[in-house]
Amino acid sequence: MTKTPLLEIEDLCARVGEKEIIKNFNLTVNEGEVHAIMGPNGAGKSTLSYVLTGKPGYEVTSGKIRFKGKDLLAMAPEERAREGIFLCMQYPVEIPGVPTTTFLKHAVNAVRKHRGEPELDTLNFVKMVREDGKALGIDNEMIKRPVNVGFSGGEKKRLETLQMSILKPDFSILDEADSGLDIDALKVVADGVNALRDGHRSMLVITHYQRLLNYIVPDFVHVFADGHIVRSGDKNLALELEEKGYAEFVKEK
Amino acid sequence: MVKEKPEIADESGDKYKYGFVTDIAADTAPKGLNEDIIRLISHKKGEPEWLLEWRLKAFAFWQTMTEPSWAKLSYEKIDYQDLYYYSAPKQKAAPKSLDEVDAELLKTYEKLGIPLKEQEALAGVVAVDAVFDSVSVATTYRAKLAEMGIIFCSISEAVKEHPDLVRKYLGSVVPYTDNFFACLNSAVFTDGSFVYIPKGVRCPMELSTYFRINARNTGQFERTLIVAEDDSYVSYLEGCTAPQRDENQLHAAIVEIVVLKNAEVKYSTVQNWYPGDKDGKGGVYNFVTKRAACRGENSKISWTQVETGSAVTWKYPSCVLQGDNSVGEFYSVAITNNRQQADTGTKMIHIGKNTTSKIISKGISAGFSNQTYRGLVRVAPNARGARNYSQCDSLLIGENCGSHTVPYIENRNKTAVIEHEATTSKISDEQMFYCLQRGIGEEEAVSLIVNGFCKEVMQHLPMEFAIEAAKLINVSLEGSVG
Repeated sequence: MTKTPLLEIEDLCARVGEKEIIKNFNLTVNEGEVHAIMGPNGAGKSTLSYVLTGKPGYEVTSGKIRFKGKDLLAMAPEERAREGIFLCMQYPVEIPGVPTTTFLKHAVNAVRKHRGEPELDTLNFVKMVREDGKALGIDNEMIKRPVNVGFSGGEKKRLETLQMSILKPDFSILDEADSGLDIDALKVVADGVNALRDGHRSMLVITHYQRLLNYIVPDFVHVFADGHIVRSGDKNLALELEEKGYAEFVKEK
Repeated sequence: MVKEKPEIADESGDKYKYGFVTDIAADTAPKGLNEDIIRLISHKKGEPEWLLEWRLKAFAFWQTMTEPSWAKLSYEKIDYQDLYYYSAPKQKAAPKSLDEVDAELLKTYEKLGIPLKEQEALAGVVAVDAVFDSVSVATTYRAKLAEMGIIFCSISEAVKEHPDLVRKYLGSVVPYTDNFFACLNSAVFTDGSFVYIPKGVRCPMELSTYFRINARNTGQFERTLIVAEDDSYVSYLEGCTAPQRDENQLHAAIVEIVVLKNAEVKYSTVQNWYPGDKDGKGGVYNFVTKRAACRGENSKISWTQVETGSAVTWKYPSCVLQGDNSVGEFYSVAITNNRQQADTGTKMIHIGKNTTSKIISKGISAGFSNQTYRGLVRVAPNARGARNYSQCDSLLIGENCGSHTVPYIENRNKTAVIEHEATTSKISDEQMFYCLQRGIGEEEAVSLIVNGFCKEVMQHLPMEFAIEAAKLINVSLEGSVG
């Protein structure tokens, strides 16, 4: 069975300001695969997620990124999102005064419009949010509140997961999805994420603890240090890392 | 007789949706201001002698006054002798129904989104007293309101049909000596609305009026008077749109509101005068005096305004809280973009005991615009137990705009409690990126965030107005990012 590549990163170099953070980074993620990227703090894991999503201030100096065969770097951040790249943020930002449900509806319809699908009317939108929210323990009251305002860490992560669920992205990046979560909240989020694994959607799970990978089990694990992948393996590599720490890999280079 | 060709807004120009000019023969008095012009206005309108005398007194006083310069506004000096003070659409006689109204005029209203014919069909929703240029052309629902004793007509008609009421209250809240622009208005006002709600009557519908500046170089001097007798209630809406112009247009309106014992008046405005182009060329100069007097116990006035238009705005809707326990509220959203300038706020004058006031002001500045919140809270020596809460928030979009907050507090009573909060914020890069990452485009994101910022004020607008206002906010901020 031949695999269809979804995301292809070739010799990527990127910097923030004057500082070179991503150096000759290579990775191919095929349809349906879940890749984990592990690495010490400050290795540039979050930078990678921002480069992929086109956050202003993150400058690609060389290399190529193809997404579904298209040149990703030529797309504006919102186009990348509409094409199906979703970043589950480590620290989702608050937007005062904007009801979560209003925000979600704008997002869903922006993506649907791009796919040539009709906009969802309020009735169908509410139905979808209610169904997808149920498994995540998100009720009507929660989404009436302004986006992330006064949300606990767990609520924020659950809302991110809900958005991933209703936007149906082809490629999701989970940036430290477990930070700030207790074990129960972690399970809820992991279940939500696992429910989206359908053999077609792909994910990049960024974390520096192995814990999360007990719940979201990856097909591949990569160790990220000094701006690129220094070693790749299967889920057992994560366990090895947990035992030995990163120091060895950082040296290895 | 002046005939004008319809102008079509230059596509490359800007986004002012209502930038068109109606082709109607205008009946215009010569340029300039003198006693003869005032006599002509008064004569054209068939006014009684007392009103002419009042106008002339105002004019004499105005000549002793100087234009105020304390506001943080800069604009070219206005030559008051280079303006027209009277113009009226030419019509044979007052129309008895909408069928008799100039078809061109009706088309204009359709472009503005006010299909009067539909309005009439949608009986009971909104009564529209449409003011075109200076003379009222159509008044709907009057009969229905008249059954309840409610008077809703143009002020010119009110002068003829209810002279005692007009004479009793005109200038009683804003005397002609009040300020330069109010004085000018008193001398030359051409038309406006008059509302009278009798004792114990709750007006069953929102009353609304749409103003529109049309004839070239015509100063606009509307005058609106609202009187709410004891135990009455009315909600009044005012909405403005103006056609695109190269010359600056002067607008100096007055709104006077008298609120008696246990009565409540809600006054909502969506103001969308032409703001000028990207470089600040053209646009309306808006110098408005709006004031309400709460004269009885428990009377209440609530101002809600959404200001998106005008090149220059000078406006401070105020509440004079005379009656004990009376309440004044001011909810404001002001948006300035490009080269717009706004100096706006409110005055809360506490005179009666246990009077309360609340100020919620949201200012959004974008482009190269400049905005000042200027507010006064004054507590008189006898206003025991007075309370005020003020909250002034500013949101800046971009690097080149300015926002200023100038709160004045004058407290003469030790028992008063006055609170003031102010914040200034920017749309953060993180907020923008969060929206973009979810597929929401830049302009849509700004509009979402701004609407969220204004929500506290917008929710005080009547439903249909809130929708219109939200659309206006989006139009006003187009091009402010990216």
